[in-house]
Amino acid sequence: MSRSITTLSQKAVSVDIKQLCKRFGSYDVLHDVSFSIQPGEIFVIMGPSGAGKSVLLRCMIGLEKPTSGKILIEGLDASEQSTHQKLITSMVFQSGALFNSLTVFENLAFYPREHGAYHNKNELTEKVFYTLKILSLEKAAHKYPSELSGGMKKRVAIARALIMEPQLLLYDEPTSELDPTSSANISELIGTLKEEFGVTSVVVSHDRDLSLSIANRIALIIEGKVRILATPKEVRESQDPVVQDFLNPKIDIHNPRFRKTKENL
Amino acid sequence: MSFIANILEEIGSCIILFLRSLQYLPTLFRQKMRLIDYACNIGYATFPIVAILSFFIGAVLALQAGYSLSKWEGAKQYLGSIVGLSMCRELGPVMTAFLLAGRVGSAITAELASMTVYSEVDALITMNVPPPRILVMPRLVAAALMMPLLTISSIVIGWFGGMVASKYVTFIGLNPAIYWDSLKNLVDAKSVSDGLIKAEIFGLVVALVCCNTGLRTKGGPREIGTSVTHGVVFSMILILLLDYFVTKILM
Repeated sequence: MSRSITTLSQKAVSVDIKQLCKRFGSYDVLHDVSFSIQPGEIFVIMGPSGAGKSVLLRCMIGLEKPTSGKILIEGLDASEQSTHQKLITSMVFQSGALFNSLTVFENLAFYPREHGAYHNKNELTEKVFYTLKILSLEKAAHKYPSELSGGMKKRVAIARALIMEPQLLLYDEPTSELDPTSSANISELIGTLKEEFGVTSVVVSHDRDLSLSIANRIALIIEGKVRILATPKEVRESQDPVVQDFLNPKIDIHNPRFRKTKENL
Repeated sequence: MSFIANILEEIGSCIILFLRSLQYLPTLFRQKMRLIDYACNIGYATFPIVAILSFFIGAVLALQAGYSLSKWEGAKQYLGSIVGLSMCRELGPVMTAFLLAGRVGSAITAELASMTVYSEVDALITMNVPPPRILVMPRLVAAALMMPLLTISSIVIGWFGGMVASKYVTFIGLNPAIYWDSLKNLVDAKSVSDGLIKAEIFGLVVALVCCNTGLRTKGGPREIGTSVTHGVVFSMILILLLDYFVTKILM
């Protein structure tokens, strides 16, 4: 790749999560979650469905306000909209959240246009096609999201996030609903982007292969609490039965999990 | 009690959305293409149905009034005044607003509700693009620009419909010159301007309520349908309520 999308003035950012609690009604989704993410790191948040991973991500991007505790991005409060104006943060949604009324090209051009980033039309077109080329999406430029496959939608969503030149890039289940090859493709893409652009990446996933292969560190969240925070190697070698059960669940149709009591799990 | 609280809460959120949208008015020039698109949808695309409805309302009004007035000698000459005043003071603005709610308001709510449910609005927020700036403000301006034009068209076409009915229906058989003279005698500039003031208020209310309902949608596809019904019904109720109070104020 001959040139980077990110500009030299922007650098990857750190994230500090301090005693974060999030409650919806009487239900505690996140309880006393604390950890730090280093600049330029690929940090994977794993956990079973409903563990609070996506809520944590939404708190980081400012879409949800914590009930208590704080998330600081480069020392700035993530729940304040001004933080996301000073620092460029971007999110790849689980559904892609592409604008269905716009083509792929227009989806990518949307952010630069809205922020008046390019006054020259040709420059913007060049930038969009350059970003599409990185993700091998040039041929899809004039298609609408409804005409794309699941894997392509995810890549377009990543391209749209990437064109913002983010300092912090959040991925919500980037490989969900994808076949194994497309999942591997997206995992490689996330790992490559970190090497190419040095952006801090936070990936929420329950994809074991993705997490163990591309993460610098992994946090496993079970029932709203951090169960383990370690490198992929340490997580793999953990003796904690809950961690092992999450990573290597054994399928036993004679004694299924849904018939076990909570104590026996 | 919670029903009233919900209504008050919804009216409050509409007012907040309106004020938040107003602060983005300076960005209107940059969004001129979006404004033109919305204005075409609200004005040009709604015009045919407004024209058809207004013609027949005017015609039926003349028919009904003509039938009653034909029982009294000489009373038919006031038919133009009756149709003229009814169309410009009441029927033109209210029926156009109802059509706007049904045709444009439902589409606005459906579009914004599906954008909300499928995280497109969240995506806008993460891109530092406030939803009121691009989704609400241009629609409010488009409604404010198009509603008076639609209403004046509705009024004129309604008058014309009344004239056609009063000329060609045999038991009325009124000379068009008498119809127009009678209309001009009673319909003054204030009658028309009062109608247009009402129309402007109704247009803004429809656009605002439908945008607000769409952006407040939570859930899935079923809730999108529920929101569309709610947005249209709520804006129609507000039109009727405001019609009474605005008429009282303008008297």
